[in-house]
Parts: sequence; structure tokens; C-alpha cells
Amino acid sequence: MENANLISLFVRSIFVDNMIFAFFLGMCSYLAVSKDVKTALGLGAAVTFVLLVTLPVNFLLQTKVLAANAIVEGVDLSFLSFILFIAVIAGIVQLVEMIVERFSPSLYASLGIFLPLIAVNCAIMGASLFMQQRIGLEPTDPKFIGTVGDAVVYALGSGIGWLLAIVALAAVREKMAYSNVPPALRGLGITFIVVGLMAMSFMCFSGLNI
Amino acid sequence: MALKDKDVFVGPLTLNNPVTVQVLGICSALAVTAQLVPALVMGLSVTIITALSNVVISLLRKGIPNRIRIIVQLVVVASMVTIVSEVLKAFAYDVAMTLSVYIGLIITNCILMGRLEAFAMQNSPWQSFLDGVGNGLGYAKILVIVAFFRELLGSGKLLGFQVIPDCVYEWGYANNGLMLMPPMALIIVACIIWYERAHNKDLQEK
Repeated sequence: MENANLISLFVRSIFVDNMIFAFFLGMCSYLAVSKDVKTALGLGAAVTFVLLVTLPVNFLLQTKVLAANAIVEGVDLSFLSFILFIAVIAGIVQLVEMIVERFSPSLYASLGIFLPLIAVNCAIMGASLFMQQRIGLEPTDPKFIGTVGDAVVYALGSGIGWLLAIVALAAVREKMAYSNVPPALRGLGITFIVVGLMAMSFMCFSGLNI
Repeated sequence: MALKDKDVFVGPLTLNNPVTVQVLGICSALAVTAQLVPALVMGLSVTIITALSNVVISLLRKGIPNRIRIIVQLVVVASMVTIVSEVLKAFAYDVAMTLSVYIGLIITNCILMGRLEAFAMQNSPWQSFLDGVGNGLGYAKILVIVAFFRELLGSGKLLGFQVIPDCVYEWGYANNGLMLMPPMALIIVACIIWYERAHNKDLQEK
């Protein structure tokens, strides 16, 4: 794929196909860990890293093992994709957990239970499944993913999009601590409304064409 | 545990709703609710998968080593989801296409992992089954409410049938296209939470 298309894929996956605002993927940890900017940044970086490692692996699995006629002529293993993808993700998350524990104990402590839960973060599985769909598209489609390089770019874009979204929400919530919210909306309710408004503002990117 | 069967089943439908109180499974709750039919199918699939995987994990709970329990749970859930996805493709192809990746994403739906971790690992298969069905239905309830408003206000239809008569449109009524866009799903869920917490002060956060 040409460089121009790679840039387009990258920018689109950050802004137009933003994991949070367009597809609501990874909402659980998004809502739970967005109370302060520093932790949000850590989780965002961890998610980006896991995406960067898992998507190329899953891309190779999909094209070299699971696709129709990939191993044996006439055999289509794509029904196994859910199990294989999730196994890869869970394995890599375990690895990241060990690395973070070794090199940054403070980040490890503040992420707590949410680090192992990246395995069940829908953003990772969602990106893998979207990639699986995009492999089947026409090569002229701007969303087409045809090589490992494309998969890496898509992973990086999706990860940065997710990071951007969680840091932005955490910053808003830090400020919101000083505002007077109706008691029944406090906490979860107002967070949903804020995310809704942020998603609306991100909708203006939807016509973006590069 | 001395939980009664009835509490286990009814709790998630009312006071301990998985979406609005436990904050689990938000992703798919928002994404598939632009229309009622996919929302119903999604709710039903999640109910079946939660109930069955709760039973399987509950049966295996004494044999699963603690270190690798997450992977075992994921594999059980992934097999269930694969079965449901193949069944949907065979018998309800159109809906399966509308739901697209969100069927696969049931694997990472936090309701499943949450209930497996919090309930099925400690309780008997029968209670786990009830817990699974209860949580699945509690999830489906929210999905249906959100989808009802989005489809009614966004396209003037319910279950694909026109409910708002043509004469209303002639008077100048227009569908609110924003309702079909992702942001409104968040705001409707916020309204449901607001309503619930205004009526039930125990749930309010400080």
C-alpha cells in the first residue's frame, strides 16, 4: 500500500473510526479508570501496546492459518477465529502484566485489576475483528488492510485514538469534581453525558477525507 | 452462600442491574441499539451465553487452578459464542450481518467475565444458571429500553414497522436523525441511570 493510504488509514483510525466514540469499544475500563489523568495515560499506553503486538499476530493467524484454503485446500477454519484471537490476546496481556510489574511497580499498583482485564477489553478484540472484516474488503477501499504493515498502522491509530479519548475524559472528570451535579446524576450518570457530548464533537470528523 | 434462588434471579433485573448499577457490558449495550430487532437478538444471545457458561464454569470450579482461571473462562465463553454465532448465521443471516463484530465481542462483554468471576466460581450450577439468566435479562431490558426510544424517535418505527402515522409527518414532524447516531445511546443510558437513581437513593454516589 502507498504511503498516502497508510497516513489516511492512520488518521482515520484515530479520529473517524475512534474505538470509543464511534464503536464504544472498551467502555468498561474507560469509565472505571478515567478518574485521574496519570492512571488514564498509563492504561491508554498499555492498551496501545497490547494492540500493537496482538494485531500483527492476529493478522498473520487470519491470513496464513484461518482463511479459506490457507493450510489445506478446501478447508475454511475461520469459525475458530474467536477462540484463537482471544487466546493470543490473553497470552500477550499476561506478558505485558509481567513486564509492567517488573519495571513500573507504581503503575502496576494504580492499574490494579484493570491490567489483567485488558484481556477482556473489547477494544483489543474489537480491533482484531474489525481487521478480520477489513481483510476481506476490496484493495481500493480506504479501510482495506492487506499487509502486516497496514495492521501495525491500524493498531497504532486505534490505540492512540483510545488513549486520546481516555485522557480527555479523565481531564474533564478532574475538573468536574468542582462542579455542582444533581445528586442522582453524580458519578456514572454525568460521565455518560460527558462521553455522549464528546462523541458528538467527534462526529464532525466523520466526513474527513485525506 | 445462603442466597435464595429468587433473589439470585430477580436481583439483576431490578436493584443490581448489570448495566446501570454494576457498569458491565456497556460497549455492546450502546452499539447495537439503533433498532429493536438487533437489540432483542443481542439480549437473547447474551442471556443464553451467560447462563450456559456460568453453568460450565460452576461445574468446573473446583478443578480450575487459580492462576490460569481467566484463560479457562475465556475459552469456555469463546466456544459458546462461536456456537451462537454459527447458529445465527444459519438461521438469522440478516440480523447476524447487522450485529457483525458485536456477536464476537460478546466474548469480551464484561457481564460474562464479571459474573463468572464474581458468582460462578463460588456457587452451585443451578444458582449460577439463575444468576446467568437474570443478568442476561437485566442486560436485555436496558438494551430494549434504549433501542425502543432510539428507533421510535430516530426512524419513527418499532421492530421495523411504521408506528408514527404519515399525517403527523405532514404536519411538520420530522425524525430526529441524531437518535440513530452513537452519542445519543450514551445520553439515553444516562437518562435511565438518572431516573433509577432519583427513585432509589441508595444507588447514588457521593
